[in-house]
Amino acid sequence: MRDRILAFLVLLPSVLAVGVFVYGFIGQNLWVSLTDWGKDPAQALALRPELRFVGLENYRELFTGFVDVRFRQSVVNLIFFTLFFMAGSLGLGLLLALAVDKAPRGEGFFRTVFLFPMALSFVVTGTIWRWLLQPQGGVNVLPTLFGLPPLSFPGLATREQVLVFDWNRLPFYTALVVGLVLLYVAYAAYREGERRRALWGLASAGVLLLWAFAFGRGLRLLPYPEVHGFSLALVGVILAAVWQMSGYTMALYLAGLRGIPVEVLEAARVDGASEWQLFRRVIFPMLAPITLSAMIVLGHIALKIFDLVFAMAGLDYAPTDVPAIYMYLLAFRGNQFAKGAAIGILLLLLVAVVVVPYLATQLRKEVRR
Amino acid sequence: MGRALLYGFLLLMAGFFLLPVYLVVLTALKEPARITLETVWQWPHPPYWESFRTAWEAFRPKFQNSVVLAVSATLLSALVGSLNGYVLAKWPFRGSGLLFALILFGMFIPYQSILIPLFQFMKSIGLYGSLFGLVLVHVIYGIPIVTLIFRNYYSEIPDELVEAARIDGAGFFGIFRHVILPLSVPAFVVVAIWQFTQIWNEFLFAVTLTRPESQPITVALAQLAGGEAVKWNLPMAGAILAALPTLLVYILLGRYFLRGLLAGSVKG
Amino acid sequence: MRKWLLAIGMVLGLSALAQGGKLEIFSWWAGDEGPALEALIRLYKQKYPGVEVINATVTGGAGVNARAVLKTRMLGGDPPDTFQVHAGMELIGTWVVANRMEDLSALFRQEGWLQAFPKGLIDLISYKGGIWSVPVNIHRSNVMWYLPAKLKEWGVNPPRTWDEFLATCQTLKQKGLEAPLALGENWTQQHLWESVALAVLGPDDWNNLWNGKLKFTDPKAVRAWEVFGRVLDCANKDAAGLSWQQAVDRVVQGKAAFNVMGDWAAGYMTTTLKLKPGTDFAWAPSPGTQGVFMMLSDSFGLPKGAKNRQNAINWLRLVGSKEGQDTFNPLKGSIAARLDSDPSKYNAYGQSAMKDWRSNRIVGSLVHGAVAPESFMSQFGTVMEIFLQTRNPQAAANAAQAIADQVGLGRLGQ
Repeated sequence: MRDRILAFLVLLPSVLAVGVFVYGFIGQNLWVSLTDWGKDPAQALALRPELRFVGLENYRELFTGFVDVRFRQSVVNLIFFTLFFMAGSLGLGLLLALAVDKAPRGEGFFRTVFLFPMALSFVVTGTIWRWLLQPQGGVNVLPTLFGLPPLSFPGLATREQVLVFDWNRLPFYTALVVGLVLLYVAYAAYREGERRRALWGLASAGVLLLWAFAFGRGLRLLPYPEVHGFSLALVGVILAAVWQMSGYTMALYLAGLRGIPVEVLEAARVDGASEWQLFRRVIFPMLAPITLSAMIVLGHIALKIFDLVFAMAGLDYAPTDVPAIYMYLLAFRGNQFAKGAAIGILLLLLVAVVVVPYLATQLRKEVRR
Repeated sequence: MGRALLYGFLLLMAGFFLLPVYLVVLTALKEPARITLETVWQWPHPPYWESFRTAWEAFRPKFQNSVVLAVSATLLSALVGSLNGYVLAKWPFRGSGLLFALILFGMFIPYQSILIPLFQFMKSIGLYGSLFGLVLVHVIYGIPIVTLIFRNYYSEIPDELVEAARIDGAGFFGIFRHVILPLSVPAFVVVAIWQFTQIWNEFLFAVTLTRPESQPITVALAQLAGGEAVKWNLPMAGAILAALPTLLVYILLGRYFLRGLLAGSVKG
Repeated sequence: MRKWLLAIGMVLGLSALAQGGKLEIFSWWAGDEGPALEALIRLYKQKYPGVEVINATVTGGAGVNARAVLKTRMLGGDPPDTFQVHAGMELIGTWVVANRMEDLSALFRQEGWLQAFPKGLIDLISYKGGIWSVPVNIHRSNVMWYLPAKLKEWGVNPPRTWDEFLATCQTLKQKGLEAPLALGENWTQQHLWESVALAVLGPDDWNNLWNGKLKFTDPKAVRAWEVFGRVLDCANKDAAGLSWQQAVDRVVQGKAAFNVMGDWAAGYMTTTLKLKPGTDFAWAPSPGTQGVFMMLSDSFGLPKGAKNRQNAINWLRLVGSKEGQDTFNPLKGSIAARLDSDPSKYNAYGQSAMKDWRSNRIVGSLVHGAVAPESFMSQFGTVMEIFLQTRNPQAAANAAQAIADQVGLGRLGQ
């Protein structure tokens, strides 16, 4: 099959390029993260730095060291940011798509207006939203133009946190969540008739939950309680990010809505379905693949978010820290290259935890096809 | 009544989306001394157009670099992506799924992590400082997403069409040229829009991997912002100018964008 | 092989004769600070016409992008011929200890700079017997800005100690001024902190913090945080979202009475806001720091392996010369590091600062790279955040000490 060989050869350059430029560098990052590059100033920026292998020391410090409290908050911030950013962009995008789809006139205009923010760079978006959210100016001042009293939305200046928890309880909560997820997987497997998988899921969930209640609660990561939570200052950043990306999700959903065959909708209507039922049972499930695809793109933007936060709050504002900012701080301002590399690896692991199962299920579906 | 609500909602959202843009335009038209937080919504009397001229002067030498960079990188990206998508969708072989997954995973790497090794690598192969090097870097790091878009798009093309062409005697490239390419226009548009926007606005690689003669306008844009004392009218004017080409691309290709998304993403 | 060497030798010889070649100057000056550097470059081109000068500036607030690019290049073995760096530990703790810079003591002796610069400055830029960069300008960190007309209106005087400040603050609050002290984002709060700490500790103990003789957890140092907390109560609550210029704006608009900021604020008020120094706005040393000049300095060094070494050395000569400094500084809004600069070229603020520079005790700034290495400075933001979150002086002191231990502060030693 000459053609098959040709196909492989065509793909090869990309595979090689990604192999070197992505995995090669990831490998290098991994290696660096296991050294002490940056601890000794005499070696940090030397022409040929001498590095010592220190194993998982950097990781240990990031999770349990006193100084790296900002890293831990940045991870918490990242999780909340990703959740709300994705929910916001998907939700708003869907609403806008539904509205534009139903509007008989002005589609071109509305579509361009909603898509426009994507053309701006994150730096510009960040700067503008920073002004808009300034407590003494921007949005709060807007009502005064109409003779109304000014608002007092605190914007980025707030240091409040909600959903507060203690870092030491994290293993317990994580085990709980994972245990519940495993229970759900077991349940789904049982319903599909896969008994072995169901039993495995049940067993692992059981073990995890048992451990959580027996030992997890007593586990001490840090010798003192450390408070983390959802920083309300992040709301401003989420708002700016959703503003920038909702146009993209709107365009995706609009295309999806147009792709639903009219006959299916008509048939459902003839069967007596109301608009809401139509939406819930016909339209929404058919949009699921788009949602998934958008989630990948939005997720990867959320994880790497740096420019936006930097423009809105600078490098030194802990309530809006995200790992990419802290990594930049450590590596390029503090010369702690090894710790910075460790953060990079951790980010990838975080992604892997979410993306790998998705890819695995996709591949399994294709094999079955 | 329903219609009024619908348009009301749409107009409200349009306002929400345009408000920040209005602010950008407003600030670009003010003199530096008059840019304060308290007067942020006031329209300047008279408008100060100098900022645009100054910004354009700063951009002009670098504008060509940006155009060359964005256009060539986008074209190359599209070509590579379409070939990759074609292989993964129509010529799967053992392990191609895994390769695709590995390529896709590469999309998530944060650029700060790889900045130093990338720099050292580019220097060692002699491409540091050149525009071509930057083009190459953008093409390579764009491989995952363009491959994803094209692969999803091509998996929609019925296998029967490919079969029919093969029976007619066409080989790998023959099928590509005669069957796949003509149907690919919407996907090319999606990729073009996405990659053009990303590459045109990218800053970190642009500032690290180039020398002054090969810098694109994102660097000039940052330059306008200056160091300690920022005259905001300049960066705002610059941002508007920098966003114009991308906006032009959106307006002109917007219709095709939808058609491409429609076919490329419905099946995820 | 020999033919290659011959060819290279010829090329080098010829280029030395022609004094041509290039000079790549790496900095983060652009925007308003651009003209000063450009004037200096023009001067250089007059003296050395055959040289092609490449002005490689990378902007982004206070060098944040420039540092990333510089470090990437240096690690990759591609140093610029000379680069802008804050004089003091920022240079020494990052580049000198890593053996990347050339010792400039010989140059200093040749050019007579050991007499031209004050001893306090020379001490700050020396390390292990060598001198590592040529300071081109001096900025002062411990300055307090106010509008004399406004103060007269409110019937208060600029306070001379922090206790007086807190009292004045109460008076102003009673007059309806909600936040008498204008403050901006995190780094400006660190900037305020170092003025408070200098006042509480005095210059000797301030130096002891950095050479390891005084611990951050010492009660004297903890007291600095206590005073700082009380000073913060006089500041605006929305500080986190304001840039330093917006904080200065608050004073100019009469919404605040005082602002503690480096003297680039004078440049902002003169050039952008078009106010007259001395009449429209005035200044005083920040409370409790009279007679002490807390300095920061932009300087240029000579990296090892610079491709155009002789051109770079000529640049350094120009940068440290009277002509060079008096060309650069009036445009930049800073003062010359030299003691013999010409006062007539500077505005009212510059002249006042020059007098203080010649007579005051000189200490280095923390926030701007003079007294602590980057590994400490970059994490001081975390210490500040811990304090802002908890308002607990002991917690902040512990954090600062933990970081100091981690980076080995004071072990680098002089």
